[in-house]
Amino acid sequence: MAPKMPWPTYLLDRVGLPDSHKLEVYRQHGGYAALEDVLRKPWKPEEVTAVVKDSGLRGRGGAGFSTGLKWTFMPDPAKDGRRRYLAINADESEPGTCKDRVLMEKDPHGLLEGCLISAYAIRAEAVYIYVRGEYRKSLAVLQAAIDEARAAGLVGKGILGTSFDCEIWMHMGAGAYICGEETGLMESLEGKRGHPRPKPPFPAGYGLWGQPTTVNNVESIFNVPFIVQRGAEWFRSIGTKGSTGNFLCGISGHVERPGVYEVPMGISARQIVEELAGGVWKGRKLKAWFPGGSSTGMLPAAAIDTPMDHDSIKNAGSMLGTGAMIVIDETVSLVEAEYVIARFYEHESCGQCSQCREGTQWLDQILHRIARGHGRVDDPALLESLARGMAPAKTICALSDAAAIPTLALVKNFAAEVQEHATTGRLPAGCVSILAAQDLQEAHA
Amino acid sequence: MALSDALRAEFEELCTHYPERRAGLIPALHRCQDENGGWLTPEILEDLADFFGLAPVDVYGVASFYPMFRLRPVGEHVISVCHNISCALRGAEALLEHICERTGARPGLDGTSPDGRFTVLRVECQGACANAPMVEVHGEYHEDLDPAKVDRLLAELQSGAPARGAR
Ligand SMILES: Cc1cc2nc3c(=O)[nH]c(=O)nc-3n(C[C@H](O)[C@H](O)[C@H](O)COP(=O)(O)O)c2cc1C
Ligand code: SF4
Ligand code: FES
Repeated sequence: MAPKMPWPTYLLDRVGLPDSHKLEVYRQHGGYAALEDVLRKPWKPEEVTAVVKDSGLRGRGGAGFSTGLKWTFMPDPAKDGRRRYLAINADESEPGTCKDRVLMEKDPHGLLEGCLISAYAIRAEAVYIYVRGEYRKSLAVLQAAIDEARAAGLVGKGILGTSFDCEIWMHMGAGAYICGEETGLMESLEGKRGHPRPKPPFPAGYGLWGQPTTVNNVESIFNVPFIVQRGAEWFRSIGTKGSTGNFLCGISGHVERPGVYEVPMGISARQIVEELAGGVWKGRKLKAWFPGGSSTGMLPAAAIDTPMDHDSIKNAGSMLGTGAMIVIDETVSLVEAEYVIARFYEHESCGQCSQCREGTQWLDQILHRIARGHGRVDDPALLESLARGMAPAKTICALSDAAAIPTLALVKNFAAEVQEHATTGRLPAGCVSILAAQDLQEAHA
Repeated sequence: MALSDALRAEFEELCTHYPERRAGLIPALHRCQDENGGWLTPEILEDLADFFGLAPVDVYGVASFYPMFRLRPVGEHVISVCHNISCALRGAEALLEHICERTGARPGLDGTSPDGRFTVLRVECQGACANAPMVEVHGEYHEDLDPAKVDRLLAELQSGAPARGAR
């Protein structure tokens, strides 16, 4: 059961209900009413796009781009008669991020209703939900929900007896982080290696199978039925001027109660850590935290009063990303923490761009040698110059940036610790290693 | 394993979900891997190439790109241990060491125990970060783990009982 929050909630309200994944339960709680309204009134597709745009909803997949604005990039169907698609990004592979899974497993019809309304708005004939292959439960629950919805006339031809046709298909990924990047996702969905495409052309002009396509995150689309029913003004009344609505904050690492919590944009990070997650575990002190997944720069404990919205976190020198906070206590070497992350990017780089392919290897190796006590005095400077060679926007996709950004934050925000670790070859005082006892054991299969 | 008629029929239906057949390739690789006890033989890749009208090298290129596809034999039970940040912060390495000791398998080029029962793999973030540390076995997540829970899981696997997700 989702805990009761001291502010109005909507995203997780159904999650704690018995059989929350079933159509019957969803309908008892007002489910598919927004779709009915849109189709029966009927709303014009542009009206749906307009309310989503006015709501200020920003993508929950990491980049924070306006969802409604993105939809307006789809070509005018009167001038461009090609087939059109909506792809739902359920790859959820950014380290720390574990929120979309809750929605898919517990409230699949909420996502499906969002898909149908969004597809109506952009006039997509089909929706593909690209779920990471490890999420077998999400896949099974969503497939069962699609089958139920189809049997009830909510998916397929002539939805709810209107002229609106829309198919929803599940698609299974196979464990590559890069397939969460929207053009990598499309290549993967087409049955190829997940090599991101150079942009332009952008997906709205040249997407799946070369047709106009919009890619949105699960949580972004999950917000859509609420916005359609309650209005843009309601949505804007939650959060801050630049970041509206509630979002799902997955908090992990060194807190007493890790979990996925529904919070309004602009809540202070301290409130999430202390009140929702029960504070730093074992009575220890906070050392550092990631605001929104491993691609966002680590912030020091002193920044914990920063409001969790796009602008405030940016001003603090990081990014809201996926809203996945990762909390690190005083016993962890930040070089080790960043090494674990650099190892991840090195493993996940698709290899098309030399800055990324080689840059991620170098970051991995240098952080590894510092962590293992073989660092050199000028390694922090070397890390910085390497990371500067990888970003911003020097490569086909933003994975290179995602690897460079936390490295730059480490050498900037924690300069003294990194330098000392590199120079002395010792873990900082009071730290306990989080790495394997022996290097030999670090091989990926 | 040559592609059975049942699988062929299933894949024919799968291909109708997409405007182009090859989009069915990755889901099909998953199905074949599941049917074949957790890995893909060269023969399977060739059969799939044939089915999708692709060059074998193309299918191999796809299969080898994705970490979930295994192109070498694996043990009876494949235990994937997340070693990414949220899990590492909550003891993933100690857990991994414990699993290695108990199973006799070590992640690496050949991560399988001498008795062929277990393969242990290091994997990246599985999206279970708020329930770290975690492992995945036979498609099920086992979360909020500690050595005692892992021992129970291994005992279940050893006895052949179906290992249920420790949610
Ligand atoms: C390397 C990389 C990985 C990404 N992984 C994901 C992901 O797992 N899920 C996701 O929704 N977006 C991910 N994104 C962002 C997508 O490219 C895209 O911006 C997003 O799906 C758009 O949806 P939104 O506007 O609704 O947020 C990733 C981006 C990059 C560069
Ligand atoms: S930036 Fe990295 S992951 Fe992205 S396309 Fe280039 S090599 Fe591939
Ligand atoms: S870091 Fe282990 S599941 Fe995310």
